[in-house]
Amino acid sequence: MKQSVYINSVGSVSAQKTFDNSFLDDVVLHNDTVINVIAPNYKEYIPPAAARRMAKGIKMSTVSAKNAMQEAEVAEDEIDAIIVGTGLGCIGDSEKFVSDIIDNNEQFLTPTRFIQSSHNTVAGQIALGIGCKGHNFTYVHSAISFESAVLDAKMQIEENEAKTILVGGVDELVDHHISTHRLIGHIKKEAVETMSILKSGTSGAVFSEGAHFFVLSNEKKSSCYSELVALKTFNVLSESQVSDETSNFLMEQGLTEESVDLIIMGNNGDNDFDSYYDSLSKGAFKNVAQAYFKHLSGEFDTASGFGFWLANMILKQGKVPASVQLNEKRAESVQTILIYNQYRGENHSLTLLKKC
Amino acid sequence: MGKGVAITGMGIISAIGNNVAENYLSLTTNKIGISEISQIDTIHKNDIMVGEIDDTNPILEKKLGIQENEWSRTVLIGTIAAQEALANSGISDVNEARTGFISGTTVGGMDKSEQYFYEYGDRPEVRQHITGLHAGDSTNKIAKHLGLEKSFVTTISTACSSAANAIMLGARMIKSGQLDRVIVGGTDSLSKFTINGFKTLMILSDTYSTPFDDNRKGLNLGEAAAYLVLESDSMVEKNNKKVLGYVKGYGNANDAFHQTASSENGDGAVLAMKKALQVAGMKPEDIDYVNAHGTATPNNDLSEGRALIRVFDNKVPEFSSTKAFTGHTLAAAGGVEAVYSVLALQNNLIFPNLNFKTSMKEFDLNPITVAKKKELRTVLSNSFGFGGNCSTLIFSKEA
Repeated sequence: MKQSVYINSVGSVSAQKTFDNSFLDDVVLHNDTVINVIAPNYKEYIPPAAARRMAKGIKMSTVSAKNAMQEAEVAEDEIDAIIVGTGLGCIGDSEKFVSDIIDNNEQFLTPTRFIQSSHNTVAGQIALGIGCKGHNFTYVHSAISFESAVLDAKMQIEENEAKTILVGGVDELVDHHISTHRLIGHIKKEAVETMSILKSGTSGAVFSEGAHFFVLSNEKKSSCYSELVALKTFNVLSESQVSDETSNFLMEQGLTEESVDLIIMGNNGDNDFDSYYDSLSKGAFKNVAQAYFKHLSGEFDTASGFGFWLANMILKQGKVPASVQLNEKRAESVQTILIYNQYRGENHSLTLLKKC
Repeated sequence: MGKGVAITGMGIISAIGNNVAENYLSLTTNKIGISEISQIDTIHKNDIMVGEIDDTNPILEKKLGIQENEWSRTVLIGTIAAQEALANSGISDVNEARTGFISGTTVGGMDKSEQYFYEYGDRPEVRQHITGLHAGDSTNKIAKHLGLEKSFVTTISTACSSAANAIMLGARMIKSGQLDRVIVGGTDSLSKFTINGFKTLMILSDTYSTPFDDNRKGLNLGEAAAYLVLESDSMVEKNNKKVLGYVKGYGNANDAFHQTASSENGDGAVLAMKKALQVAGMKPEDIDYVNAHGTATPNNDLSEGRALIRVFDNKVPEFSSTKAFTGHTLAAAGGVEAVYSVLALQNNLIFPNLNFKTSMKEFDLNPITVAKKKELRTVLSNSFGFGGNCSTLIFSKEA
């Protein structure tokens, strides 16, 4: 018998004021092409001397992970494994190290930036910080980095290889990454206001950053947010395959589209790729309540961590904030949520959560 | 649970050969791949020795039928090795069963990113490399070239244990029934980024590396790609597949000691080896040969040696590090050494730990220095990385 997998806590640092676990009470409206996180007071979490040398990705993750561990009331030594997803790791340090190599002709370099460039820096630092000697993995696969981490954790808990796992997704936004992605049109040319992003009619996305951590466990704590039922990823899918694969995914769980109370989708207002979502929202899910989130979080490799956070908050608090509603349908009570995400037609993911 | 994870194919490209047969020939004729660097223009070229793959990018592009300067070298070598693994396994329709692809890399497309870092603005013709900086991009490109569709494809980056962890995840997914077969391993090309990074850590040797030697001076960086095809029992049965060996055990642990250095007593390594033995249902005395991580840095070899003594209770089996042949191929190392472990099992042969002369003063551990015939049933392979990451795999002849 497979163990059930519960999400017992959440931690979020995002472009919204989420670090204090408030639930989008006051939406921060942006009007830009790139947006940064609403920073918590890092000093409350990290000694200032240490914080100075830390990459932003590590700082955001530290806050998010600490909040998640605290809420789940797990002691540091109860964490059996740490699994992190990140598209680019601490990319700021990587870029600085590369520019230092070029600018100084491979001389006068120091190791710190190189060390922080390792994609597994965040997972390693957290392990070091809490003395966790268990399984420690880092997934770096673009838009399914976070989902890969969650899937790994799910497998371990189901197979009884671990009881309590800290899982997270993190990415930081830095200058060179922005300027290069502007060149290839992945970032929108014109600023767009948060609540009208889906009507932009333009190509590209609003880039951002964030860190989302969760404590997953085989045991349902009083703080429990949801039960993780199923998760599947696909390297490539054509638009026409999205509906079929979603149906199959639900069928394997004995569900139909109509039995899902809410579908949360990763629409980012990119005119060239949002049609993937339309194939569900205008198709089999047209009579199902729909929500979206990337207008609030912005787009980044682990933005789906914000979507996962949102789904968990909705299931626990029993309400769907008006700012994320995508259609006129309202579920009477939200018991089951499906999250569908993809980025530029690649790395699709389906995640099914239910109320615990 | 308790299902076997069969290895039905493997592929490799490294400094000692462009395929499995060439690598085996080099390993058995003491042909090393370490030389001065020729394909990267670095000011350190006279201070370091590296394990470079002979083929230049244009040659690799031609072999694969890829447009000039379209891909990072990491993708080029990764595709060569993954294709060989699939062919070796006799797979023609990659999508006919639930097939996954899990690759480890540390640099991804960094070789190109560092080359065009300041040039993207003026040179639209090199902008294909902008998204190449995403580590996952290299994996996606290989997956697409192999023809994988609607598949589980992901990338692991846990520094120098990446490929070992990819093999571990693949084995777990087969065991849990999520995949029927999976291509697992890793790829990393040399780059100025890693050369300078390791240079700042002062762990690069200026001559041939000497794993487990008392006078070791550090590592030789290398580049490689290596993949295994893993399949479930039912796939093997259904297609009457030839099995090269089995992934019998695996363990991952964190040293939680220092961001880049290993703990003095190798706590993480001990945990990883013990976990792997437990998963394999084996006792330490069941291990016939250890393919050590053995990078030849002062820190690793001391820590790993102590860990081996602890796990094997002073009765350390015959062991060697093959990194004096290939250099330390970072994310790919666990894949390279998995291929070598299977070759060792198939041929009942322990590959030599070259350049070893003097035992370390801290303990009495001497690696095998001349190729040695021995009936091998099991091989344990270690891979350790930055961030305290320690991984162990156990390969066996029988299920």
